[in-house]
Amino acid sequence: MTPEEWTAVRLSLLVATTATLASLPFGVAIAWLLARKDFWGKGLLDTLVHLPLILPPVVTGYLLLISFGKRGPIGAFLDQAFGIVFSFRWTGAALACAVMGFPLLVRAIRLSIEAVDVRLEAAAGTLGANPLWVFATVTLPLCLPGVIAGAILCFAKSMGEFGATITFVSNIPGETQTLPSLIYTFTQIPGGDAGAMRLTLVSIAISMLALLGSELLARRIGVRQMAA
Amino acid sequence: MSLEVDIDHKRGSFQLAARFSAAPGLTALFGRSGSGKTSLVDIVGGLIKPDRGRIAVDGQVLVDIAEGVFVPRHRRRIGYVFQDSRLFPHLSVRSNLLYGRWFARETAGGAAADLASVVELLGIGHLLERRPDSLSGGEKQRVAIGRALLAHPRLLLMDEPLASLDEARRAEILPYIERLRDEAGVPILYVSHSVAEVARLATTVVILTDGKVTAVGPVLDILPLADGNDGGSVLDARVSRHDDAFQLSVLTSTAGELQVPRLSAPPGSAVRAYIRSRDVMLSLRPPQDISALNVLAGKVAEITPTANGAQADVRLDCNGDALMARVTAKSVQRLGLAPGVPVYAVIKSVSFERS
Repeated sequence: MTPEEWTAVRLSLLVATTATLASLPFGVAIAWLLARKDFWGKGLLDTLVHLPLILPPVVTGYLLLISFGKRGPIGAFLDQAFGIVFSFRWTGAALACAVMGFPLLVRAIRLSIEAVDVRLEAAAGTLGANPLWVFATVTLPLCLPGVIAGAILCFAKSMGEFGATITFVSNIPGETQTLPSLIYTFTQIPGGDAGAMRLTLVSIAISMLALLGSELLARRIGVRQMAA
Repeated sequence: MSLEVDIDHKRGSFQLAARFSAAPGLTALFGRSGSGKTSLVDIVGGLIKPDRGRIAVDGQVLVDIAEGVFVPRHRRRIGYVFQDSRLFPHLSVRSNLLYGRWFARETAGGAAADLASVVELLGIGHLLERRPDSLSGGEKQRVAIGRALLAHPRLLLMDEPLASLDEARRAEILPYIERLRDEAGVPILYVSHSVAEVARLATTVVILTDGKVTAVGPVLDILPLADGNDGGSVLDARVSRHDDAFQLSVLTSTAGELQVPRLSAPPGSAVRAYIRSRDVMLSLRPPQDISALNVLAGKVAEITPTANGAQADVRLDCNGDALMARVTAKSVQRLGLAPGVPVYAVIKSVSFERS
C-alpha cells in the first residue's frame, strides 16, 4: 500500500468514527422523542430525519454546500462565531457522513426504544426515579443492543459515503479524500486497478471487523446485564 | 395515615367517579373486573391524571385539578406492586430491591438494615443474586413487594398481586401480606376481586361498582353486601386446636364452634372464616346423622327475596354474629321461615375455602 492509500484509510476511519460518535447523542435524543413523545411537528421531524435516505446523495451534498459552505448562512455563522469551518475540510466530510448515516442510526435506536416496556418505566417512576433517571437506568440499558446496532450501521454508512462527501467537500488528498473517493480516483486513471483492488479489500476487512466488534460488544453487554 | 380520594375520570364511555377516605391498615378496593379498580389505583399512584378532583395523603395534596396541582409519580412516595410484578429484567434481584433506595436517600436512615429486615420479612434471602427471569411467579411478586417497600413509601398500592398466581402460590404469599399489614406499618390500598382474599386481609372495604363507590366500611359490615351472586358472611374466630388425625382445625367464634380443613396458623391465632351464603343449609330441628360437621344455632333476623323472587337471602342472628344463608322461596314457605323463628344452620367443613 502506498502512503497515499494509507492516508485515505486513516482519514476514512477518523471521519467515520467522528461522524458516529458526534451524532450518537443527538440520535438517541431524537429516537427517544419519536418513540415516546407526541408533539406538534413530529411528522415533520420524522420526515426530515429520513430525508437523506431517500434524496440522491449528491442533492444532500449540495444542500450541505449551500448551507454549511463558507458563504452559506449556517457555515458563515459558525465560522464567525466559533471559528468552525466545514467546507473542504475533513470535518465537513464527517458532517456529510453524519447526515447520511443519521436516518439509519435513529431508526435502529427508535425501534429498540419502542420495544422497551413502558410499564417498566412507569414502575421505575413509582420508585422515585424522575424521567431522566428512568431513561438512564431502565430505558437505555434495555435498548443498548439497538443503540450499538445503530452506531455500527452509521459507521458502515460513513465508511462508504461518497456522493454527499465529494459534492460538499470535494476530493482533496490528505484532507477530504476518503477511501471511496480514492477508489473512484483510481478508476479514473490508467493503471489504477491494483490500487483500487487493494483499497477494496481493505474496505471489506474494515466492514467485517466493525461487524465482529459490534457482535462482541453486544455479547459483553448481555453478559454484564446477567451479572449485574 | 389518611388517604382521601375524590375524583372523576372519563375514559371512553367509562365514567369513574370515586369518593372515599381510607383508614389505617389494609383497605381493600373490591369489585368485579371492569369496575375501574385499576384505573383508580393508577390515579392514586400518579400513572393517570384524572379529569377532575383531589387526592391527599396525610394532608398533603397530591392532586387538585382545580388548583392546578399534580405531583408527578416520582415525588409521591407511593409504592406500587403491580399485578405483573414488573421487575427490571437487566438487574439482579438485589439491584431491583435497592432500586428505589437511590431516590429515597433523605428518608433512608439505616438502609442496609432495612434491606435485611425486608428480605427476612418476605423470605427472599436466597434469591438476591438471581435474575428476575429465573424466578417463579410467587417469588417475583415477593421481590416486587420488597422493592416497593424499600423505596420507603408512605402508602403501598397493590393491584391484584395474587391474580396471576395459582392457589398454592397464593397461599405462599398471603401470610407475607398479613405480616406486612401488621408489622411494616405501611398503610395498604389493596385491589382484589376475590372475596376470600378481602375477607382475610382487609381492615376496611371499599366496594366499586361500574366506576362508583357503592359502599365503604369495616370488612365485617361491608363484605356480606359485596356481591349478590357470591354473597356470604365473615365470622371472626380463633384457632382453638388442630385435629391432626382428620386434618381439621377447630375454630371458636361467638356464633359457635366450627371445624374447617387444617390451617397452618397455630392455636390461639385470630382468623376469619368466610362462609358463602349458598353453602349454608337451614333446619328447624337439630339435624342428626348427617355428614356436615358444623351446626350453628340461631334465629332468623331478616329475609330478603332475590330480584326474581325464586330465592331468598336469610340473615341469621347466631348469638350476635350475622350469618347469611341462600335458600329457595319454596324452602322459606315449607319451613315457615320468618323473623324470630329459631333455626339451625348447617355448613359442610369441605365448603370452607382454604385461606
